[in-house]
Amino acid sequence: MSAVVKRFPLRLDTRSARVDMTHGSGGRAMAQLIDELFVKHLDNALLRQANDQAAFDVTAGRMVMSVDGHVISPLFFPGGDIGSLSVHGTINDVAMSGAVPRYLSAGFILEEGFPLADLDRIVASMGKAANAAGVPVVTGDTKVVEKGKGDGIFITTTGIGVVPEGVRISGDQARPGDQILLSGSIGDHGVAIMSSRENLEFETSIESDAASLHRLVERMVACAPSIHCLRDPTRGGVATTLNELAMQSQVGMRLIESDIPVKPAVASACELLGLDPLYVANEGKLICICSKQDAEPLLSVMREDPLGLESRIIGEVVEDPHHFVQMETLFGGSRVVDWLSGEQLPRIC
Amino acid sequence: MKYVDEFRQHKLAKQLAAAIKDESDPSRNYNLMEFCGGHTHAIFRYGVQDLMPENVKFVHGPGCPVCVLPIGRIDEAIHLVEAEDVILCTYGDLLRVPASGRNSLIKVKAAGGDVRMVYSTQDALRIARENPDREVVFLAIGFETTTPPSAVAIQQADTEGLKNFSLFCNHVLTPAAIQNILESPEVREIGSVSIDGFFGPSHVSSIIGSRPYEFFAEEFQRPVVIAGFEPLDVMQSALMLIRQLNEGRYEVENEYTRVVSREGNQKAQLRVADVFELRRSFEWRGLGTVPYSALKIKKTYQLFDAEKRFTLPVSQAKDVKGCECPSILRGAKRPTDCKLFGTVCTPENPMGSCMVSSEGACAAYWSYGRFRQPVQQSA
Repeated sequence: MSAVVKRFPLRLDTRSARVDMTHGSGGRAMAQLIDELFVKHLDNALLRQANDQAAFDVTAGRMVMSVDGHVISPLFFPGGDIGSLSVHGTINDVAMSGAVPRYLSAGFILEEGFPLADLDRIVASMGKAANAAGVPVVTGDTKVVEKGKGDGIFITTTGIGVVPEGVRISGDQARPGDQILLSGSIGDHGVAIMSSRENLEFETSIESDAASLHRLVERMVACAPSIHCLRDPTRGGVATTLNELAMQSQVGMRLIESDIPVKPAVASACELLGLDPLYVANEGKLICICSKQDAEPLLSVMREDPLGLESRIIGEVVEDPHHFVQMETLFGGSRVVDWLSGEQLPRIC
Repeated sequence: MKYVDEFRQHKLAKQLAAAIKDESDPSRNYNLMEFCGGHTHAIFRYGVQDLMPENVKFVHGPGCPVCVLPIGRIDEAIHLVEAEDVILCTYGDLLRVPASGRNSLIKVKAAGGDVRMVYSTQDALRIARENPDREVVFLAIGFETTTPPSAVAIQQADTEGLKNFSLFCNHVLTPAAIQNILESPEVREIGSVSIDGFFGPSHVSSIIGSRPYEFFAEEFQRPVVIAGFEPLDVMQSALMLIRQLNEGRYEVENEYTRVVSREGNQKAQLRVADVFELRRSFEWRGLGTVPYSALKIKKTYQLFDAEKRFTLPVSQAKDVKGCECPSILRGAKRPTDCKLFGTVCTPENPMGSCMVSSEGACAAYWSYGRFRQPVQQSA
């Protein structure tokens, strides 16, 4: 038997080589990058077909689709990186409808000069996260932009999922009297990211909470298909998410500060930087709004899931023509928990 | 969180609230001005006003460093970026402060200006070291708390021979501002604003000590209690002020003894005295021109003085018409007295500086308290 001719005689150098314009040109260099880096880490039957699209059968019923762009800095942080985050983020956006996520797509915009070693690490981490979640990346795209026209790497992921019959979860379903459930402590992701920012490095044991929440959601939906709202409090934190829901549902909310779990290390970091943990991002927590009778059964199934061990009721939905989110403070007073305006900036004095 | 949670305990707050209710005289009002934005922020964030009897009122003062910086100084900083092509480094809060012509540093940055948000003067020095062929200016603002780090930065730049670093000094002084409020016609003559006592600044006093307040406590016969920034500090200090007022005393008392001494941080004071000297006068937003109320860089360090290194245009910028920031900063009006509050002026679109910083009275009212003090419909 004659030896099989190798498609690419020299292996892709993922140690010291960098992304250059040929990696996005559609030629042989791009084909090799796809083969030896993307397909290697993200491998699955649909991706291996190597078509410009992935073809699959659909089931009857409702589907959901969601897209999320990831542009974070730094790319690697305690507890994750842009690769795993791009998988968790989109899976969670799909899951917050109550759907079972099925497939992902991934679009990469790479900046000329980006180290292939970093790309390799990022895509490997994506593959690992997708694999663990059981949601494959079935199609993708790669573009390269000139040096100075990107920030290393941007990843956009799209996800689709199937909603179980009878589930109608939406941000406009909150009703006065409903209970507000939170799946765990807040602010971990934002603090982990900030701790590794170039001009702000500080030492902390906090790791990002980035995780795919679809299995937790699956348990919840099986227990109470009549859940009213689900949302993951990412950018802008719990405060912003609750304001969005209050606005969408035309209701107010009343929170109890002492019931909102914050890890001591997160609280300390926020204190130091002058930030409010209510506005700090999470990537592995969810907020659930449900009727009073669903609350306790939901809490007990949430606490059975590794990602929901610390689930709590943090407040309730009330009638309020201003759609304010208010909070009883630990101190015994009350305050409005407003939308975040601009970026949360550290205070001066 | 140790040393923090102790000062936020609900149980103690209730006991203090009961003591304040018990000891305050229902037949009179207690108008207590918190000079510092840090206190304003704490009062709103923890809902401290809810725990006070009706006749104990907080009057918000001018102690927000971002709020009192006049528009003209920001115009000058923008000039440095646009005309002199410097890298301008500054603390985050300042980026959104409105300048003339609806401009701001954040808009200048979006248009390609090299404006960088830093967390300390050390970051600015690092940027200067990394960009030896660019001029790097640190836009320095703040009361006595932020002055020592600026002094250290200049001393360091001097020692290192860092030739491309300079500092645009806007450091202001607390005692001069309090005195100015007490001398303002609203307080002295017309009597339309009554300020019965002061919460003294906490971080500022950790540097300057409690002694500088002794003069005007005596001169203007108003009690001053140096108060920490935690909510229990504020309540304990309110009780101390109420006791002084009830007993007809006007002394400087120190509630924040865990940090503040009478003499302050003398090492920091020496460094400040080495680099800075008094400015003959300085314009404050809200207070106007206040004599000897700010610092400038001494001649010996003039190489690092951005005002000497660059030619700055004289700006005659005016505040937005209808904006009540000046009166609010003096405690003469409340945010809800302003027609712009919550209508055209919101944290997303601040017209005046009090809406920008979370320490500003308007932003604090808007974020934490507007449900209790609804926006008044203008007639």
